[in-house]
Amino acid sequence: MAASTQPAPTAAPIHAPEPVVKLRNAALRFGDRLLWDGLDLDIAPGEFLAVLGPNGSGKTTMLRTLMGLQELSSGTVNVAGKPATRGSRLVGTIPQQRSFDDNTPLRARDLVALGIDGHKWGIRLKRKAMRKRVDELLELVGATAYAERPVGVLSGGEQQRLRAAQALADNPRLLLCDEPLLSLDLHHQQAVSSLIHRQACDHGAAVVFVTHEINPILQYVDRVLYLAGGRFHVGTPEEVMRSEVLSELYGSPIEVFESNGRIVVVGMPETVNHAHPHQGA
Amino acid sequence: MDLSEIWGTVFSFEDYAEILPLVSNSLVAGALLGLVGGMIGIFVMLRDMAFAVHGIAELSFAGAAFALLIGSNVVFGSLVGSVLASLVLGLMGAAAKDRNSIIGVLMPFGLGLGILFLALYQGRSANKFGLLTGQIVAVDTVQLGLLAVCSVIVLVALVAMWRPLTFISVDPAVAAARGVPAGRLSVAFMVVLGLAVALSIQVVGALLVLSLLITPAAAAIRVATNPVVTVGLSVVFAMTSVVGGILLALAGSLPISPYVTTISFLIYLVCRLIAWSRDRVRHSETLAAQAA
Repeated sequence: MAASTQPAPTAAPIHAPEPVVKLRNAALRFGDRLLWDGLDLDIAPGEFLAVLGPNGSGKTTMLRTLMGLQELSSGTVNVAGKPATRGSRLVGTIPQQRSFDDNTPLRARDLVALGIDGHKWGIRLKRKAMRKRVDELLELVGATAYAERPVGVLSGGEQQRLRAAQALADNPRLLLCDEPLLSLDLHHQQAVSSLIHRQACDHGAAVVFVTHEINPILQYVDRVLYLAGGRFHVGTPEEVMRSEVLSELYGSPIEVFESNGRIVVVGMPETVNHAHPHQGA
Repeated sequence: MDLSEIWGTVFSFEDYAEILPLVSNSLVAGALLGLVGGMIGIFVMLRDMAFAVHGIAELSFAGAAFALLIGSNVVFGSLVGSVLASLVLGLMGAAAKDRNSIIGVLMPFGLGLGILFLALYQGRSANKFGLLTGQIVAVDTVQLGLLAVCSVIVLVALVAMWRPLTFISVDPAVAAARGVPAGRLSVAFMVVLGLAVALSIQVVGALLVLSLLITPAAAAIRVATNPVVTVGLSVVFAMTSVVGGILLALAGSLPISPYVTTISFLIYLVCRLIAWSRDRVRHSETLAAQAA
């Protein structure tokens, strides 16, 4: 695993505005496996937080907590001033890319529409208004060209643009991304990550971006939350992506180099020494 | 029996005008079931549940056979059997892998029970055969009422669940994030599917339900991607198969199911051909564009 590029922004933003996410003394364990404990974290509007860590360190579980799908073992989690609840309209989600079956009877525009009102009962009645809304969103993410094509024939990158359109539909205050760039080519990685970044800087959304690979998003990242072996470290990329910090987190010697604006991590162990690794994040 | 005799058994339009009014009940029931089958078939395809449909059908057959044995309402027996089966599947087999093994276990058990009940049954053998291969021409007014009520329940439930059910079927991750209760919806869908299977058995029999609940939707999905068009085509295909099957069956002296299954199969073949030729055109256009 390697991680990041370029001199990233300076210190953590000043928390003058009310934070979008407020984790207080948060702990999560499954049986005797501890994912994290004593986590205090505020994420400000417009802040881009990257969540890094090995498999099974609880990155995806962190997102599920913020979605209200996973309860904390102890501590509290607030989103926009209220306890996290499932299905909140203030939260948008971009999941991992997952291919659709070739014969799925949905076009690109239908998938986006489902992201907007798929949770409502019954059949869609205001079709015209929805069409207009979907057209705007497709335009926003640059997917107009394939609006009418079946989702099953779209490439991974094209599908992730539709995911972005779904997630941005409600102009969310908090945008949760679960490895959205996985298996995309470089061009689409840049397109999708810049869409996400735009939501943060233009609309003041807080972004929580789970990833294995920090380099493609390094230019946007304000802070990093690094989870490993039941422990964590929060700070700017310069503060966290250092040999001492990662060595301590993993409990084995790790070297971090900066090369050509990219962060290269050497000596990453297959497993983490402290917890029960590889249980799926 | 020579060929012309066989032909005469398959198709004979003598007395057609006199028979037709006698089966208007069956035609109404057939049209309703076509509507149900065409609509629910889309979800069976989306959720990859063809095997579940087959499994539910065998337990529904067991229920119907038991009702026949004790002289009770056969439609009711078949409804009880399939709703029980679908509840078991809905509650136990959330994951597709678990579900398939549970179905594999339940299906022969149901079929075995059904055969036991039929073996014990002393009545007309035509009744026995009808459960497996269809018997709609025998639908009386009481049964028609029950069929109609159940069809309406299925249709209303489907329309109510339409959007969230589509959402959890094609896009489970985002649906979960949006707070759609996938677990409860899946169980509710299984129950509705159970009802639809029990209804379809009255037309084409337990062995052939797939021709009504899968084939029309599978054909429609081949040729359309607009969801509204897909559902519309699926319904038209299913109705054509059932109503057309009943009308053709009147002309011969055979059960209706071979007519229904043949029509729906032919529709499917045509749709595949259309999709195939369209893909070829698209492919050669892409090649031409790349060459240019």
